[in-house]
Amino acid sequence: MGLDLRTCGATPGGPDLTGVNLSEQTIIQGVVIRGGISDGVPNGKIVDNAYVQLLDSTREFTAEVPTDSEGRFRFFASPGPWHLVVMAHGGREELIVQAQKGLSDDLVIHI
Amino acid sequence: MSRAKSLVSTDWVLENLTDQNVVFIEVDEDTSLYEKGHIEGAITFHWREDLQDGVIRDLISKEKFEALLSKNGISNSSTVVLYGGNNNWFATYAFWYFKIYGHLDVRLIDGGRKLWELNGLPLVTSIPTRPLTTYVAKNRDNSIRAFRDEVIATISGANIVDVRSPQEFTGELAAPAHLPQEAGQIRGHIPGAKNIPWSRAANEDGSFKSNAEISELYELAGVNFAEDTIAYCRIGERSAFSWFVMHELLELKNVRNYDGSWTEYGSLVGVPVAVGA
Repeated sequence: MGLDLRTCGATPGGPDLTGVNLSEQTIIQGVVIRGGISDGVPNGKIVDNAYVQLLDSTREFTAEVPTDSEGRFRFFASPGPWHLVVMAHGGREELIVQAQKGLSDDLVIHI
Repeated sequence: MSRAKSLVSTDWVLENLTDQNVVFIEVDEDTSLYEKGHIEGAITFHWREDLQDGVIRDLISKEKFEALLSKNGISNSSTVVLYGGNNNWFATYAFWYFKIYGHLDVRLIDGGRKLWELNGLPLVTSIPTRPLTTYVAKNRDNSIRAFRDEVIATISGANIVDVRSPQEFTGELAAPAHLPQEAGQIRGHIPGAKNIPWSRAANEDGSFKSNAEISELYELAGVNFAEDTIAYCRIGERSAFSWFVMHELLELKNVRNYDGSWTEYGSLVGVPVAVGA
């Protein structure tokens, strides 16, 4: 049925976790929120048109995903420090994340 | 200047939204974003379903390209304006594709879908209908496309630019870090290739850096623009971005995109491979 080349592009929200051995992967994921209170609990309005960039410790571009309809994003990374840059109309946030193997708690990012 | 001829701003798009001779095309591998909302009047091309042969690994034939454009109401005199997500990778791939088949007026929206959305510009969900045309493509211009034997012959000769991430270049990874790793290819890079990740030519918002910044980037990496240049990545879409940077923005005519890229080269028997930085 022909060649089914997998591209290097990202789907909204990031890769699916179906069939993934979560204990073997280092996953950075979260949700982007506009407004609300920064208390770690999602509140405010989800941002479904943000762009989240993952930069390595030298700030080299590694990946970027647009948030999905629930404002979510996900990356497969490796343990260590990463920069996350979150951009949306009227807002930009940057933070450093210490990634660890396994599925970590969701990041809640307010812009 | 080629930058002015090949690249349009979001302001230009807003001023030309109702021009029927301008055909906006959103190009991506995942058209769900198009369905969520797109620039008014834009049609969409899917990287795999519309632009890959599907039986053999190649571009679609001249006849299929003509049929694709005809059914979408694109004529030989249309101004085709491309944009997409993923930092315009697939849109620059389509730009390269339109050039291969000799379309006269093709342009790219600087910053693509990302900059459009970051600027809060309007998106619509209505699907346009355009009257059918009879598009006549030219024979392929392979002067902007590199094939594996030409790449092998270029080793230790002209410039080879590997636009993948440093981790893919050294062989630490076989695919971008956000994707599952592949077993089909060995890891590493083409000997002598300079590693200039595509992203270094782009600003954070997806727009291109200035020509002065881009020239400095390539020259500092050791690329001699007096020589021919071949760009490659994993499947040819990130390298289409870098091909656009060199061929269209810097106006270097001796630059080719190796669309076979690492998924082909890394599977060849007996070819030289380098690992490490």
